[in-house]
Amino acid sequence: MIASWGKRLGGSSSQKRQDLITAYLCLLPWLIGFLAFVVGPMLFSLGLSFYESDLLTTNYFVGLDNYQELFQEELFWQSLKVTFIYAFAAVPLGTALALSIATLLNQKIAGLGVWRTIYYLPTVISGVAVSLLWLQIFNPRAGLINNFLSLFGIQGPAWLYDSTWALPSLIIMSVWGVGANILLYLAGLQSIPTPLYEAATIDGANAWHRFRHVTIPMLSPTIFFNVTISLIGAFQFFTQPLLMTKGGPNNATLSMVLFLYNKAFKQIRFGYASALAWVLFAIIISFTLLFQYSSKRWVYYEGESDK
Amino acid sequence: MSTQSVVESAPSALQTAVVARKGNLWRRMLRQGWLFALVLPGALLFLTPWVWMILTAGKESKLIWQIPPVWIPPVYRWQNFIEAWNKGNFSTFYTNTTLISLLNVVAVLFSCSLAAYAFARINFPGRTALFVLVLSTMMLPAQVTLIPLFMIFSKLGWVNTFNPLVLPLFFGDAFSIFLLRQFLLTIPRELDEAALLDGCSRFGVFFRILVPQITAALIVVAIYQFTYSWNDFFGPLIYLNSPELFTITLGLTRFMGRTQTDIQYLMAMTVISTLVPILIFFFMQRTFLQGIVISGIKG
Repeated sequence: MIASWGKRLGGSSSQKRQDLITAYLCLLPWLIGFLAFVVGPMLFSLGLSFYESDLLTTNYFVGLDNYQELFQEELFWQSLKVTFIYAFAAVPLGTALALSIATLLNQKIAGLGVWRTIYYLPTVISGVAVSLLWLQIFNPRAGLINNFLSLFGIQGPAWLYDSTWALPSLIIMSVWGVGANILLYLAGLQSIPTPLYEAATIDGANAWHRFRHVTIPMLSPTIFFNVTISLIGAFQFFTQPLLMTKGGPNNATLSMVLFLYNKAFKQIRFGYASALAWVLFAIIISFTLLFQYSSKRWVYYEGESDK
Repeated sequence: MSTQSVVESAPSALQTAVVARKGNLWRRMLRQGWLFALVLPGALLFLTPWVWMILTAGKESKLIWQIPPVWIPPVYRWQNFIEAWNKGNFSTFYTNTTLISLLNVVAVLFSCSLAAYAFARINFPGRTALFVLVLSTMMLPAQVTLIPLFMIFSKLGWVNTFNPLVLPLFFGDAFSIFLLRQFLLTIPRELDEAALLDGCSRFGVFFRILVPQITAALIVVAIYQFTYSWNDFFGPLIYLNSPELFTITLGLTRFMGRTQTDIQYLMAMTVISTLVPILIFFFMQRTFLQGIVISGIKG
């Protein structure tokens, strides 16, 4: 049937026409979804950001007021600060750790499968389960950490109930999730051709030199990609503060997405929250582009001429 | 000096070989020793939360608050799990979560395999641009579309139903499309061309030739999607209000307010909620390797 449509539409390029129709039929579900669930909502939310709205009764145009209010609201800057600290602490820490462990595991260690499983398993369970577990680990009176410290006579801090320790607690907790990164780096390491290392050794390079001049450059695209994804994810962290601290104590763990969530679903101010969403989006894009721009300096792609 | 004593005092070739191999073995063991010394502490640290979780789940109430702390309960209270299951209404949560996850898998397999086929096999104008568009949706933060989507679903009366959690995936998912396309690209085009020459339509090629070839990839996508849907929290959080509809992730959060008294039940509930993804993972490892091996043999 489709073949006959194609023949009717075109002469010698009937196969091409047929192909075009087939292709767009295959893509139709995705296209519909793209327009209905991505483009449409994006435009809608941009428009919505210029309104004050609670979906039911209130619905009036306010122009740039939402944005103005946003930039003057102290909680917004607090949430920005919290998000930045979290992202720029957790991601470098996680990356350094993941790289180190991946390098160790790449040394033909015995029982690789076992180590990989141990590191990767925490990433398999839900963020809610992780949050619930670590909420108890950090429990000041009955939790793992303070109980352990008490063995040495150390009185542990109140962790999630202490505004100085709350965010660091979340950062510590994020380390438990580096397993996926470890596997990614391990795969990247294993794809570095051994002749490169051999050539370097012949040229007199020791282990550190080999790491710096063969491993890191060859791994740099993977590192770049992984760090970008990690940063984007870290900017959006939400589940942990929502479940473990509700953004406190004293807004010490109020992430930007949590702030947005509160505005949208607790204060029911959808226009303001939409404005917030776009600001967050702009921030994420800016940092991604910045990072990509800086990457030209240190990311090495094979096939490029040497500088 | 007689030649005989010289020969006798020089080690034989066999002896040299044995000593060399033993020396190698020592060196290897020493090296492994170093590696273990560096890797083991980290691994133990990573394991500790699990161990503590399981141990705590079996304690009785007073043991939790005891000082000095009691690490291993003298009697493991297995009934904590049964009590936690009932307290937590987990039967309902498990049913709901399974339903949603299975539907999501069906949706994704259907919509994404077709789309991946178009990208991998059919040359049509706008292909590259469209694929870039697909990839870009992977990087889009969910918050930008969250509120309008909520409004749309609200107007449709779909809030507090499973619809918003299930239906969108019938329209594709960027990551799965990407994965399946990559896998399809590894299959030689000769298969397609032979079938096309025999008068098969493009759809026929897809369903009869390619789908059987990529079953490994389809399984990988199915497992990824199932686990992702199983663990999803944000979707249920926004759209589900009645406890009878809750998924496991959402149900788990209902008990976080009572941390002061029921920690052992909280831990038991957490263990219960992590069972399925962990089991899947242990089976997935093999499928994963199979998938990689299969594509390796083909390549």
